[in-house]
Amino acid sequence: MSWKRIWTMFKARNYEFFRDTAAFGWNFLFPFLIIAGFAIAFGGRDFSALKVGIFPSPGEQVDFRHSNLPEKFIKTEHLVFIGFPDLEAGLVKLKHHQIDFLVRQDSPTPQYWQLASSPKGYLAERLFESSFVPDNHGFGSKKTVAGAEIRYLDWLFPGVLGMNMMFSALWGVGYVIVRYRKNGALKRLKVTPLTAFEYLTAQALSRIFLLIFTLIVVFFGADLLFSFRMAGSYLDLLIVFALGGLSLTSIGLMVASRGTSEDFTSGALNFISWPMMFLSEVWFSLEGAPQWVKNFAELLPLTHLLRAARKIMNDGATLAQVSGECLVLIGVTLFCLVVGAALFSWNE
Amino acid sequence: MSDLNTTAPGETHVKATPILEVVNLVKRYRAVEAVAGISFAIPPGICFGLLGPNGAGKTTAMEVIEGIIAPTSGEILFKGARKTASFRDEVGIQFQHTSLLEFLSVRDTLVIFRNLYREVESLEYLVELCNLQEIMEHRNNRISGGQAQRLMLALALLNKPTLLFLDEPSTGLDPQARRHLWEIVRSIKAQGKTVVLTTHSMDEAEYLCDEIAIMDHGKIIARGSPAELVRRHCNGTIISLPRERLTMPLSQLPLPAREVNGLLEITVERIDLGLETLLGLKIDLSEMIVHSPDLEDVFLNLTGRKLRE
Repeated sequence: MSWKRIWTMFKARNYEFFRDTAAFGWNFLFPFLIIAGFAIAFGGRDFSALKVGIFPSPGEQVDFRHSNLPEKFIKTEHLVFIGFPDLEAGLVKLKHHQIDFLVRQDSPTPQYWQLASSPKGYLAERLFESSFVPDNHGFGSKKTVAGAEIRYLDWLFPGVLGMNMMFSALWGVGYVIVRYRKNGALKRLKVTPLTAFEYLTAQALSRIFLLIFTLIVVFFGADLLFSFRMAGSYLDLLIVFALGGLSLTSIGLMVASRGTSEDFTSGALNFISWPMMFLSEVWFSLEGAPQWVKNFAELLPLTHLLRAARKIMNDGATLAQVSGECLVLIGVTLFCLVVGAALFSWNE
Repeated sequence: MSDLNTTAPGETHVKATPILEVVNLVKRYRAVEAVAGISFAIPPGICFGLLGPNGAGKTTAMEVIEGIIAPTSGEILFKGARKTASFRDEVGIQFQHTSLLEFLSVRDTLVIFRNLYREVESLEYLVELCNLQEIMEHRNNRISGGQAQRLMLALALLNKPTLLFLDEPSTGLDPQARRHLWEIVRSIKAQGKTVVLTTHSMDEAEYLCDEIAIMDHGKIIARGSPAELVRRHCNGTIISLPRERLTMPLSQLPLPAREVNGLLEITVERIDLGLETLLGLKIDLSEMIVHSPDLEDVFLNLTGRKLRE
């Protein structure tokens, strides 16, 4: 093994990354846009609120002055009221799940519509029914959770960083290698003294360097704008992301070990990345999901990366406290690198 | 010519140890036999050409020899022994179809490839030899086909190879660039290096090659120096005429003739006697071309087809 050749290919890949301005810019812009988008979207609106359609109403803004609806229902928190001129207009929105519940406000007796299969519609119905009976304050005691609240953005931020890392690792390595195999660039390298192991090592190291570089820029850039919670150690977080990046890069290398079809590789990378995006808790928690879904999510390296990152960032966990997640990431890396190197072909 | 395909190691007419020896090489893709048991030995210091039409198996044979693809069977000896890891240090290869890292400049590419080898050629020498001065700072994805070919040649020469493989090196080059490339190849050969090239251009083969193996359907159908091949397979001089000049059936012409792509090709041992016969038959000789046979004619005689068909 020659470190000089590894260093040479490491530099070559880095040159490529920094000079491909479109891809380079997108690597930084994408996570910023996601975070900024969510910050704006979640800044003043509650997307978990129930949407209740009210008719007749001349405009979207509902005027309850002449309404027969109970005051208690109208003043319930986390309900969003949307006005419709008539039943037909409201039903169209209800059928398309654009509202959860529809109520006639000028009827002397309660009249409402809901979709039988809609959980939100069911909840709205229960709220509507309960608004016709007096409050019962004696059934229990209310206690509020003390301490600093973890915002959704604080929870989301590690997910966005991990997702960006995943796409960059899988496509930046897997897709690029297949493209170079297809156009013959790898064939040209094959006839030099460079070995497959040296080439793959250089690719993995280069990608880790670029992922960490991107991560640092995005992390501190986004932190300047949104002031994220960081309860743990930056070094621990860096190590966790480096291990996560290595595991994702090695998956990319394994997928790209053979083949010249960019379409197939794209499909394979999508097949790997989409389950991770939805089941590794990038956007939402899997609490309440069926056990088999949770079990499946445990097979995905992004799940372990994000869990460890959130423990460090949100809860102040140490590296020792996330050692289980780190071991899984190391295991995935070793498995994929060994398989990828064994299967690797320069030109087939 | 079938004996050429079964030449055993050491049976060549060359006395020095061949730099490259290929024995019964076969490459099969399922039902297709791309290379059908070829054998040849190349002495050091010559330019050896694999000549044949597209699809003859030249590139496949070359890539098997280079180690790009695995042979189905057969043996390849480099300097009298099986190839080792050092083979890649000692050979230079220019592929017919390949690409480079697209966002690197020509200079970066040369430097990067240079760092992959132990013993390397001076960069200044290669830049001058391959006429790369003006494009050194250009990115690989912004250079023309001809410039890319010159860069590929420079890369093939970076490690001071003793054996240089050139696969269709002049494909896509304009006549001037082609001539320049030929001069480079000649100067490389003059340094004592061995060159193996594939081509479907008889001009290129005739100009550059000391020895030629003509390939068709995966087999070597003839082998020798260009002059030998012509002498062996084409006697006399060829008179070409538009087919419509001949008013009688071809079979009634008292000279050996055939029709090739709308042209009548008449082979005569003595040009004066041939012309006398044609004039005696009152054949209109305007637009007549008289030429000595070349490798194209050799191929035509051997296969009944033209090289470019």
